[in-house]
Amino acid sequence: MTTYLVIAALLLIGILVVQISKANEYINILRGDDAELDTDKINGVLWYIFTVVFLVGIVWSTYHYLPLFLPVSASEHGHWIDSMFNITLILTGIVFVLTQVALGYFAWKYHGKKGKLGFYYPENNKLEMIWTIVPAIALTILVVVGLYYWFRITGPASDNARVVEITGKQFNWLVRYEGPDGKLGTNNWKLIDETNSVGIDFTDSTGLDDLMPSDLHFEVNKEYLIKIGARDVIHNVGLNHFRIKMDAMPGLPTHFKFTPTITTDEMRKITGNPAFDYEMCCDYLCGKGHSAMKMMVYVDTKTQHEAWLKTQKSFFELAIKGTDEEKKIGSLAKMEGDEKKKSEHSNH
Amino acid sequence: MSEKDIHHEHHEHPKGATITDHVHYQDTEGVIRFEEDHGHHDSDRNKKNFIHTYIFSTDHKMIGKQFLITGIFWAIIGGGLSNIFRMQLGFPDVPLHFIGAIFGDKWAPNGVMTPDFYNMLITMHGTILVFFVLTAGLSGTFANLLIPLQIGARDMASPVLNMLSYWFFFLAGLVMFISFFVPSGAAGVSWVFYPPLSAIREASVGSETGADLWLVSMSFFIVSSLLGGLNYITTILNLRAKGMSMAKLPLTIWALLITAILGLLSFPVLLGAAILLMFDRSMGTSFYLDKIYMSGIGAMPHEGGNPILYQHLFWFLGHPEVYIVILPAFGIVSEVLAVNSRKPIFGYRAMILSMLAIAALAFFVWAHHMFVTGLNPFVGSVFVFLTLLIAIPSAIKVFNWITTMWRANIRYTPAMMFSVGFVSLFISGGLTGIFLGNSAIDIQLHDTYFIVAHFHIVMGVAAFFGMFAGVYHWFPKMFGRFMNRTMGFIHFWITFVGSYCIFWPMHYQGMAGVPRRYYSHGAFESFNKFGALSEFITIAAIVVFLAQLLFVFNYLYSMYRGKKMTELNPWKANTIEWTTPINPGHGNWDGPIPTVHRGPYDYGKDGEDFIPQTVPMRPGETTHHG
Repeated sequence: MTTYLVIAALLLIGILVVQISKANEYINILRGDDAELDTDKINGVLWYIFTVVFLVGIVWSTYHYLPLFLPVSASEHGHWIDSMFNITLILTGIVFVLTQVALGYFAWKYHGKKGKLGFYYPENNKLEMIWTIVPAIALTILVVVGLYYWFRITGPASDNARVVEITGKQFNWLVRYEGPDGKLGTNNWKLIDETNSVGIDFTDSTGLDDLMPSDLHFEVNKEYLIKIGARDVIHNVGLNHFRIKMDAMPGLPTHFKFTPTITTDEMRKITGNPAFDYEMCCDYLCGKGHSAMKMMVYVDTKTQHEAWLKTQKSFFELAIKGTDEEKKIGSLAKMEGDEKKKSEHSNH
Repeated sequence: MSEKDIHHEHHEHPKGATITDHVHYQDTEGVIRFEEDHGHHDSDRNKKNFIHTYIFSTDHKMIGKQFLITGIFWAIIGGGLSNIFRMQLGFPDVPLHFIGAIFGDKWAPNGVMTPDFYNMLITMHGTILVFFVLTAGLSGTFANLLIPLQIGARDMASPVLNMLSYWFFFLAGLVMFISFFVPSGAAGVSWVFYPPLSAIREASVGSETGADLWLVSMSFFIVSSLLGGLNYITTILNLRAKGMSMAKLPLTIWALLITAILGLLSFPVLLGAAILLMFDRSMGTSFYLDKIYMSGIGAMPHEGGNPILYQHLFWFLGHPEVYIVILPAFGIVSEVLAVNSRKPIFGYRAMILSMLAIAALAFFVWAHHMFVTGLNPFVGSVFVFLTLLIAIPSAIKVFNWITTMWRANIRYTPAMMFSVGFVSLFISGGLTGIFLGNSAIDIQLHDTYFIVAHFHIVMGVAAFFGMFAGVYHWFPKMFGRFMNRTMGFIHFWITFVGSYCIFWPMHYQGMAGVPRRYYSHGAFESFNKFGALSEFITIAAIVVFLAQLLFVFNYLYSMYRGKKMTELNPWKANTIEWTTPINPGHGNWDGPIPTVHRGPYDYGKDGEDFIPQTVPMRPGETTHHG
């Protein structure tokens, strides 16, 4: 019922607008030039009002939503990005206000008047040089600062960075940590099946102690190198508070290094939200479950992190040991061994 | 050979010149003649039947109108789709039973749309508006309508190719329209169509038959735009009236010329990308695919491809494409601003040079769409530099438009309102590009609502404003009648204020990191705080959409009932399209084509309100037009 009422109301408004417009057109034809000058004046004034309301509205809404902008950065490089954002905001903000004010002011001030001509002013090379060079200088500053940080963010990770592997699949994330041996085992997409979700090659002993927990845990103030990949389509590792975004693609590994700086507990105090948790989302459309591809992220203190690690069992122990899967691996290892012998043999 | 010589030769040897085709040629007096009809063209209008006049017409003006009306049709569909998915974002609890009624119940059980349907909507919204409306509808309409009229030609260099260009576009639209109603629905993998999602049929519902039809439709569309583009370039370079040197061309023509060149150089690359994708989909090749394991299927046989290859090919078109969309609007706005300010456009030469600079740079910035794909950081840095370079010619254009309005005597027509609105939008949307072009900041803003706000303002709404300005301004040339002004002003203010209401708040969502292309933000604590803002945006979107229906009504009503045009040059403009009869026939001018003596922007010069291009230079008069 309400639907029909709304449609009826809209139709009525439409008819009203059309009828007023038609009547106005006839009046304007009768009045001739005067009507045109009135239109110019009214629209000029409307431009003036618009510009004032627009700028005031922007200031008000920006102030209103300020607490939600750029959520507190919880990584080292996040602060660099935020400071660049703010520099750019100030520079572009100045240009924005100046140009919008000039536009609105001219649109009001120079509305059509009787017997007036436009001022013939086709060119001024000096003026045009000024507004080529000034933006060029401003942009040079932004490029230099931007690239300085860009190379720091994308530079190589240090040797003692801890490695975490994140793999995207429709529609959840899989993570893998090095076990006590400090090495990620090799994996191969051809070994992927229902159980062995990232295709760890268990014939390689470094993979036996790898952990595959259901949440991401980082230790605060430690450098991490995230190795990123995907099983099926393109995903994107989105860690909003850490200012991280990196595509996860099948067949094309990527990586991102960062250092988390604020623990989950500290962040709960900063945000005043005792239930706060970091989240990882998918930032590239991957299908119907895209908007629910979530994994929880925790930043722990050193003691918290060690305690968490103690509770973790290796993926092999949890999912493979004692199952049919293990037998499969055994025979696979045997086959591979045989093949190796064969090839060695033929080489001789 | 100088331009004068070319022209001369064309007039003296009409049949020998390759630029004329089998259908018509210009005789020594510049009068159009047809092979089957060697009389004066005046009578041919009456001889042609309905099909020749309105459907398979070779008259550039009719083809322009065909592009426009088809563009309007697609704009209503594309805009309507956005209202449906905005309902999902703003009011997910309101059941929309009409979806089931139109598309079938499986897309919206109990009136609640599925994520697959949402993905289909956003994909089709983007594809339709970028390609069918803002490329074909904008370039197609105004290139066809204005090029021969403003350069002083009887028709396009090849009217038959021109007609084919429209019909390929129509075919592309037909295939895309049908794709909505195949069982697996239209494509739902976003308009950029990245593989593997778009390459593997099993990856999503939207990757099935709909994706095949999308690729077929786009291939037809590319053929259409290439046929059109070739024709536009040839016509502008070869068929200009006597005296119409390149330095006397209106900025609309310059803009359309540069647009056509951009399209000609970039669209074939998309065709290549699309064909390789078809191979990957249907013939088992692996151009874009490597090491894929699909749940439920297992390891796929594809190996050795690279998903990034597609992105390079796509954006090699995709980035010039945004300039293909916005350049015609630059041209239209420059023309309309000058005419209604009663002043010359400030810095005619700088306006051309900046458009050329933008067009040249357009080919060297594509990878700024790929900063977070793991691109080599050095390559990324080069693209940061080149991307931010584009801000300079863009800034020049903005300052020149504003200076054009300084000390003007502005006559506010709806076209002028949309042109001033365009400048405001181009500033707002252009400045946010400076954030996104800087790769480090892009890490935070990439694929959030910030980018959605940026490109909708700077190329979506702004290009639409250029299109509206053009339609209101040249409507009398198209139909011999005026559109209703009052409705035009109401249309403008609702659209202008409403568009800012839709897109400005999206910057805030984007800064908070809210990702785009999300069916629902409910699962994430960081993203679900914007419920009220989403509702506001949705309401604004619906209001703006309804205002467009007012425009469509005004357009259709004025075609038949609008105020009749009684004088040849109602806007007191200098360009020569206003020297043709009120309802020009095929061939445009009844008599010989006028000779051009001066640039198009002599407004307010030497105490005269305006001096048309056909008025000879006075002895000792100086000019800025070469």
